[in-house]
Amino acid sequence: MAKITLENLAHSYLPNPKSEDDFALKELNHDWVDGEAYALLGSSGCGKSTLLNIISGLLIPSQGRVLFDGKDVTTAPTADRNIAQVFQFPVVYDTMSVRQNLAFPLKNRGMEAAEIARRVQKVAAMIDMEAQLDHKARGLTADAKQKISLGRGMVREDVNALLFDEPLTVIDPHMKWELRTQLKKLHQDFGHTMIYVTHDQTEALTFADKVVVMYDGRVVQIGTPQELFECPAHTFVGYFIGSPGMNLFDAQIDGTTARVGDATVQLDGAYTAHGKTQLGVRPEFIRLSAGGEGIPATVRRVEDVGRHKIVRLDVAGREINAVAAEGEEIPADTDRITFAPGSVNVYADDWRVTPRGTDA
Amino acid sequence: MNKTVNQKAWFLVLPVLILVAFSAVIPLMTVVNYSVQDTFGNNQFFWAGLTWFEDMLHSDRMWNALGRQLMFSAIILAIEVPLGIFVALNMPKKGFWSSFCLVVMSLPLLIPWNVVGTIWQIFGRVDIGLLGYTMDALGFDYNYTQDTFDAWVTVIAMDVWHWTSLVALLAYAGLRSIPDAYYQAAKIDQASRWAVFRYIELPKMAGVLMIAILLRFMDSFMIYTEPFVLTGGGPGNATTFLSIDLVKMALGQFDLGPAAAFSLMYFLVIMVISWVFYTVMTTLDKRDGK
Amino acid sequence: MTDSAIPEVVINTHEMTIEKPRTTPKRFRPSGGAVVMGLYLLFLMLPIYWLINMSLKTNSEILGAFSLWPRNLTFENYTLILTDPSWYMGYVNSLIYVLMNTAISLAVALPAAYAFSRYSFMGDKHLFFWLLTNRMAPPAVFALPFFQLYSSIGLFDTHIAVALAHCLFNVPLAVWILEGFMRGVPKEIDETAYIDGYSFPTFFIKIFTPLIASGIGVAAFFCFMFSWVELLLSRTLTSVNAKPIAATMTRTVGAAGVDWGVLAAAGVLTIVPGALVIYFVRNYIAKGFALGRV
Repeated sequence: MAKITLENLAHSYLPNPKSEDDFALKELNHDWVDGEAYALLGSSGCGKSTLLNIISGLLIPSQGRVLFDGKDVTTAPTADRNIAQVFQFPVVYDTMSVRQNLAFPLKNRGMEAAEIARRVQKVAAMIDMEAQLDHKARGLTADAKQKISLGRGMVREDVNALLFDEPLTVIDPHMKWELRTQLKKLHQDFGHTMIYVTHDQTEALTFADKVVVMYDGRVVQIGTPQELFECPAHTFVGYFIGSPGMNLFDAQIDGTTARVGDATVQLDGAYTAHGKTQLGVRPEFIRLSAGGEGIPATVRRVEDVGRHKIVRLDVAGREINAVAAEGEEIPADTDRITFAPGSVNVYADDWRVTPRGTDA
Repeated sequence: MNKTVNQKAWFLVLPVLILVAFSAVIPLMTVVNYSVQDTFGNNQFFWAGLTWFEDMLHSDRMWNALGRQLMFSAIILAIEVPLGIFVALNMPKKGFWSSFCLVVMSLPLLIPWNVVGTIWQIFGRVDIGLLGYTMDALGFDYNYTQDTFDAWVTVIAMDVWHWTSLVALLAYAGLRSIPDAYYQAAKIDQASRWAVFRYIELPKMAGVLMIAILLRFMDSFMIYTEPFVLTGGGPGNATTFLSIDLVKMALGQFDLGPAAAFSLMYFLVIMVISWVFYTVMTTLDKRDGK
Repeated sequence: MTDSAIPEVVINTHEMTIEKPRTTPKRFRPSGGAVVMGLYLLFLMLPIYWLINMSLKTNSEILGAFSLWPRNLTFENYTLILTDPSWYMGYVNSLIYVLMNTAISLAVALPAAYAFSRYSFMGDKHLFFWLLTNRMAPPAVFALPFFQLYSSIGLFDTHIAVALAHCLFNVPLAVWILEGFMRGVPKEIDETAYIDGYSFPTFFIKIFTPLIASGIGVAAFFCFMFSWVELLLSRTLTSVNAKPIAATMTRTVGAAGVDWGVLAAAGVLTIVPGALVIYFVRNYIAKGFALGRV
């Protein structure tokens, strides 16, 4: 286990980067706390895999440093960093049996045979492959192979960190749930630092203690799933987390009120904001009403997704989503929406603005 | 893919069938014809049954040629396959040097086979060839036209020069098909270079290597032009391999009967090996899920 | 830009500082791999260099003193070849039958490969196997029969004879390569084309052929290669009119002994088409070999 520190880390795949846009990973300073389970969340191409490969040593960053417990390992080869990494596609050694596959990393480090056998047995139980230990790895299904890959990562108990690069992509949904549970249990039992890259918010939010959201090579927010949900720091976080994501309304901010089109919305604090100003409200906090106060809206569709209903509304030409409870009646003459108190976030140029006079 | 059953597809195959039948079946029939007949000249033939076959099976000449051929094929396989793999492992994977290596390596493969023989003929001569001259200067008594051992060494060197690139290029193609993730996983598992070769590279190359080995074996078994131009089969018949012997019999001496019988048995051996080749190939294709 | 940030969040809202990129130090010691490749390439180039060396010397210089490069560089060997019809016609003849063979082989192989890749029909596996055995046929076995066959139909000493003879092994090769490439094109494309109203020939030419263009290129390359390099059949089936360069070269023994300079120059000139072809298809070489079907 180790504390991983990233110092002024940035990476460009071009030989002579001139501006920010040339960087795949923009400047990052972060301490990964020893023993925490992190999810690295973001859409494809946002730099998550780059970051992971820099930490594991498969990629040397063009700028900045990586430290393990204070020791500079930026240019150290992967083998020296004592890291385990699981890739998106199963990587197994075809000619070996499952047992030999799991034992491979341990054998390379010169561990004793008895110890190896013990650990292999334990990990095989964890990935539920004890019955197949002596089968050849070649003929197995994709999820069996991926389980073996996971197993090879887990078999080394003293790794500095376990890195996962979208490991459950090829697995069936049911098996996904099972494996995620196993990984969580693994974390609880051993307390390794785990960094789990994914573009699936459900995976991220259920697996991790802390979620790191990345967008366009930048880390835009780090927080617990709760924090990400309630206070998205960036419009991207709002949009990406939640299903459906946060609604954005163009608004003019004026102290304690905001004007959305012709309607006025009361804010729960005084804000100063410049640039492109927007209000962000999650669908869960949008209330429907007929007449009276609120922003004019028309109901387009109501979708029943089982546990709740999604109401698609049209507000000044923009599609807005609201979530209604399963049994809730949607009045036919709904033409206004209001926001639940305390649920309105103010954004300027995509970044969240805090009210004046507060320090948080 | 799921192929639809359609007997009309025969029409698409007909041109190939006709062409190859013309090129293969008809000549083969004449060979069969000759193999069971004898002549006193004047184009008059009479049935000779299996005498030619018996003669062949009892003739020292054929067995000697077969022996030489097998030794030759074994030696060059033993050299070309490991050398080819070794070269493939060391070839640059991309960039200018990669193209450069590919082009230079492919060059010997595209030289007409008689020119290959000529090149080495010149190269090995003591008076005008670099190799011959150097050997002589170093004190070796090197003469590939008169000394059996030298002749063999030169013929083998020539074949290695000519064909190793094929093995190397096939092995290289096999290597390139290995996804990076495997090498990355090996780094993470702290595998040694030998382990990477043994557990990742060799298994993935196995398919193409099988093909390379079978191809090289077959082609070496049929070799004619290069040794013929280089040594003419000599000194004596030291480098007279199967094809050279056959042509000598058929076109040189016009011993039609024995030549035909020889041909058929030769062909039979090739057929058996082809069958092995075909089976290996289809099994590998099936295993890879094609 | 904005005011403050939320606790626990690392937001980089400021412009990043761009440092000079880290460069991995260059190693001056050549790697083992480079040494191996260097030696191997040297091994391959040396005999060819020697041939070029000989071709630029006069015969007397060759037989006179041994030298690593021509002391009196001369192109007279090349001039001789390029001006003497008995020499240059050899190249012309070879090129003619090679191109003929490539065209014929591809033309018959394309529909056949299509049939093998899309349809299963009675005897298809056996037919495919039989084709393959012809690729493995020893030319020595066929030398005499071909000689008699083509003589009997009056095609002895013609280009078409050699072109057809080479079809024996080139057609199976072409079918094999093309079938491999065609298998990679999903049948759904054919079906969509039929639904869209294309007739079979139009579909084949307009839609299918571009999809397997690299396959056709690879097949053409190998047909060219195997026909160009073959000596036994091409020499057996020709005497004067269609005599290939290979045969011409094997007769350079004159009254004064072998004319090494001219022989070498002729050899160098035979390498040129091959070198040109490789240069143009260098990007496809690895892909073609990757199919493993040589």
